Amino acid sequence: MHYMQTTPPTTDGSDQISMVVFSDDLDKILAAMIIANGAAAFDMKVNLFFTFWAISALRAPAKKGKGKKFIEKAFGFMLPKGFDKLALSKMQMGGMGAAMIKNIMKKQHVASLPEMFATAGELGVQINVCEMSMKLMGIQKEELIDYPNMQICGVATFLSDAQDSKIQLFI
Amino acid sequence: MSTAELTKIKSDKIVDARAVACPGPLLAAKKAIGDLEGGQILEVYSSDEGTKVDIPKWCGKMGHEYLGVVEADSFFSVFLKKAD
Repeated sequence: MHYMQTTPPTTDGSDQISMVVFSDDLDKILAAMIIANGAAAFDMKVNLFFTFWAISALRAPAKKGKGKKFIEKAFGFMLPKGFDKLALSKMQMGGMGAAMIKNIMKKQHVASLPEMFATAGELGVQINVCEMSMKLMGIQKEELIDYPNMQICGVATFLSDAQDSKIQLFI
Repeated sequence: MSTAELTKIKSDKIVDARAVACPGPLLAAKKAIGDLEGGQILEVYSSDEGTKVDIPKWCGKMGHEYLGVVEADSFFSVFLKKAD
């Protein structure tokens, strides 16, 4: 008997990049998004795994969660709520640093963080949000920004993506 | 290609990315090249110095042919030919 040989699709990973986005520092999220959008220009599949503090960046300022316990509410109050509240990792100077960098970015024609997320969405950049971190921070799905390619998942998704990627970064 | 040769080229499409910084010109080039057929020529206006180094690298990976750069007063033009 003759069986037709079927080989599973293989990838050498040269066309995929996977990043862990861990930090909620404005500068680091900017770096992650510039690399992500640049990689998309190379027609790479881009996977961003948002975990721990970085999830704050995905919070939509106008959205609210429901039925939160006291500690979750407290966390929600203390964590930055969205793009505009993120702080620089250096020279933050009580908010002056972030305001200054945004001003310089505008002058130098660097896209703002909301613009970068919009571009990433158009380019099909995948955002995966760590479910465990969301629970730890008391952040609910309903509080996240509207983004076309976003799913809530676990570390297995990152590992699976990372195994098939030539570039893996932790930011 | 030499500057003299490049200035004679009639581009099939021009994209003006002077108002954007990295990775804006690259994204503009990617978007614009989708509208072209293989062998057609794209011209990218940029004032972001890094573009001169980045676009040739991008062309190398994507299979497009990098033709060269022509300086203007406050910006420059990068020429590339879309892969067949």
